[in-house]
Amino acid sequence: MKKYIALVLALVLAFAVVGCETSEKTPSPTPDVKSEGVMTYAEYDAAEEGSQVVIETYVQGKQSWWDNKATVYTQDHDGAYFCYEMACTEEDYAKLVPGTKIKVTGEKGSWAGEIEVMNATFEILEGSYVAEPTDVTSLVGTDDLAKKQNQKVSFKGLTVEAYNGQEGKGFAYKNDQPGDDLYFQASINGTTVEFCVEYYLTNDTTDVYKAVEGLQVGQTIDVEGFLYWYEGANPHVTGITVK
Amino acid sequence: MRRFFAMLLALLCIAGMLSGCHGSRGLEPFEIPESFDMAQKHEITFWAKNDTNKTQTAIYQKAIADFQALYPNVTVNMRLYTNYGDIYNDVITNISTQTTPNVCITYPDHIATYLTGTNVVVPLEGLFDDERYGLGGSELKFDSVSRGEVIPEFLSECAFDEHYYALPFMRSTEACYVNKTYVEKLGYELPETLTWDFVWEVSEAAMEKDAEENFVVNGQKVLIPFIDKSTDNMMIQMLRQLGAGYSDAEGNIEIFNDTTTELLLEIAVHAKNRSFSTFKISSYPANFLNAGQCIFAIDSTAGATWMGSDAPLIDISEDKLVDFETEVMTIPQFDPENPTMISQGPSICVFNKSDSQEVMASWLFAQYLLTNDVQTAYAETEGYIPVTSAAQQSEQYTDYLAREGEDNAEHYDVKIKASKLLLENTQNTFVTPVFNGSASLRDAAGQLIENTTRACRRGDTVDAAYLEAMYDDVASLYRLGQGGASAAQRTELGALPTESAVLLCTLAAVWVLILIYVIFQRVKTRKNG
Repeated sequence: MKKYIALVLALVLAFAVVGCETSEKTPSPTPDVKSEGVMTYAEYDAAEEGSQVVIETYVQGKQSWWDNKATVYTQDHDGAYFCYEMACTEEDYAKLVPGTKIKVTGEKGSWAGEIEVMNATFEILEGSYVAEPTDVTSLVGTDDLAKKQNQKVSFKGLTVEAYNGQEGKGFAYKNDQPGDDLYFQASINGTTVEFCVEYYLTNDTTDVYKAVEGLQVGQTIDVEGFLYWYEGANPHVTGITVK
Repeated sequence: MRRFFAMLLALLCIAGMLSGCHGSRGLEPFEIPESFDMAQKHEITFWAKNDTNKTQTAIYQKAIADFQALYPNVTVNMRLYTNYGDIYNDVITNISTQTTPNVCITYPDHIATYLTGTNVVVPLEGLFDDERYGLGGSELKFDSVSRGEVIPEFLSECAFDEHYYALPFMRSTEACYVNKTYVEKLGYELPETLTWDFVWEVSEAAMEKDAEENFVVNGQKVLIPFIDKSTDNMMIQMLRQLGAGYSDAEGNIEIFNDTTTELLLEIAVHAKNRSFSTFKISSYPANFLNAGQCIFAIDSTAGATWMGSDAPLIDISEDKLVDFETEVMTIPQFDPENPTMISQGPSICVFNKSDSQEVMASWLFAQYLLTNDVQTAYAETEGYIPVTSAAQQSEQYTDYLAREGEDNAEHYDVKIKASKLLLENTQNTFVTPVFNGSASLRDAAGQLIENTTRACRRGDTVDAAYLEAMYDDVASLYRLGQGGASAAQRTELGALPTESAVLLCTLAAVWVLILIYVIFQRVKTRKNG
């Protein structure tokens, strides 16, 4: 009997080792397998503005909920989708956390250059994925930056510029007072990017809002955020590190 | 005797508890105090809107500083917003907790919803006419305008439900900012007054592309010849110009009519061809106009500083700017002999508070915003016009108008032309009836055009059947004909249901019996002791 048990244990151990080896060989992250009738990111990207789109994606950040409409930043393993004012109850909005998988049906639209899903409805699915930021520093000033639109991205080693050339001003309030969006400009290799601390995403109680309020012209910074677009790249900042 | 008092107290408590269950009464109506007490300190809040225009912020700040210098016992805390919708939402949210601001910049449609709370907004006619603190009052510490100096058309826009609930602050209308260079390049000449037929025809002509799929008129891949910033205004003005129904003063909804259907079917043709789009679908008309990607941009005269190649405020990168001649024209008309356009612009309302002295402080500040310095300075920031004849006729303002085009900042020609357009057409303006739910009807009017345009861009069939179904959806979505809806809306609950009354009475009776038992036990204990 002891021999038999020892044999079984040995086999279990052997299978476990094989299992470990197999999992190590599995590429990560897993590519998205879309359900029937759901577009791949490439298909979404190719869809005409105004056409209906059906996507499966994962919530990466939440901007706002009001009047049964939710605006969220989402991304799958291939690309990102900004879902603007999806029909959403407050109860469902609470269920949307980073990683939540959702199926979204809506219209593809473009507003001031920002590609988004509008007039959408959604349902929550099983599954989770939280994207890591993609370093897009080398893409600043190139047309390839737009291909990363809405993704979670990072910029490394930028220099804070005087906001709109105003000497000594490292940032600006949208309304000249706290309690609304914040803007700052930072450059790399001679190209300046305008960043936005979107109040609905990260309000004035957050670390990032406070950090931007302390920015000084000439400082070197790393920035993380969602690559939003407004008449050009206008990332919505979620994190900032002053070097 | 003690027993009697204890019983009485208990019954009063229970009665109080029960009455509290059926909603609060809100504030008492405001009554003008004998005098304004300069020894009493007040801190009032002022919610204002700017047009992402820093000069406007500076003018508000100066007005506050000047007012506080005159009334050192009053501190005004300003909170700025960039759109009226956010002010409206925040006021609505704060009504139930009685934490509304003291003074706010708003629209009469919005005030009509605020009025669903009890005594939330102060009726102003009594204050207007108060000899000491009213318009032109003897006890004021500033040069106030008299009631007769407030432009009557603008003041009347603030009257509804048999009261004046606001003071006008600034007035604007909509204008069509035209890329005249492209119109002429397409072989057309601008008429004296724009018509809808002309705008549609030129817009369609502009859609011609070359072999490389670039639009011939601008040589670019992008062109939306006609963009309207406010589709609610677009529908409202079209209906008004045609004498068709929208609503009446009692709040009866008339918008779903044959004329609306004809208008939407016409709009659908151009939306399908992509020669027409809206702000909500495509973004700011000014950005497309300035990039040479739009020919007719309809927007408020209060947005004039963003319009044109030389605009002082630009939201696109310099390399996208295109040089062209900008013409400022009245919005397109169906009957050019009788032009009709909407009157819009912010008004000021004063919120009621339990302390009548605080309300007086608010009223004085609201009134201060009508003084010449504030009126002319603010009007000059955009294509607004002052709401008082005193300011309109002031030397400062007439000099400002005369200097049209002297520079591309303070005297930017497009901005001053926009102001003159309204000054010349004040008698041609109109406003829509105000009632509880009129804000929703306005939204619904715009939604009809938005939905139609989106459907066309999707490739859906837009016909009479589609529109009929859409009318039902929109009426349901905006709860039209149901008296509006809001979080703060006071709802008459009617008589308490019998079952509830029985339950509450039973609970009350049980409590009374418990109290009687407790008192009886105590009395018994004392007697025994």
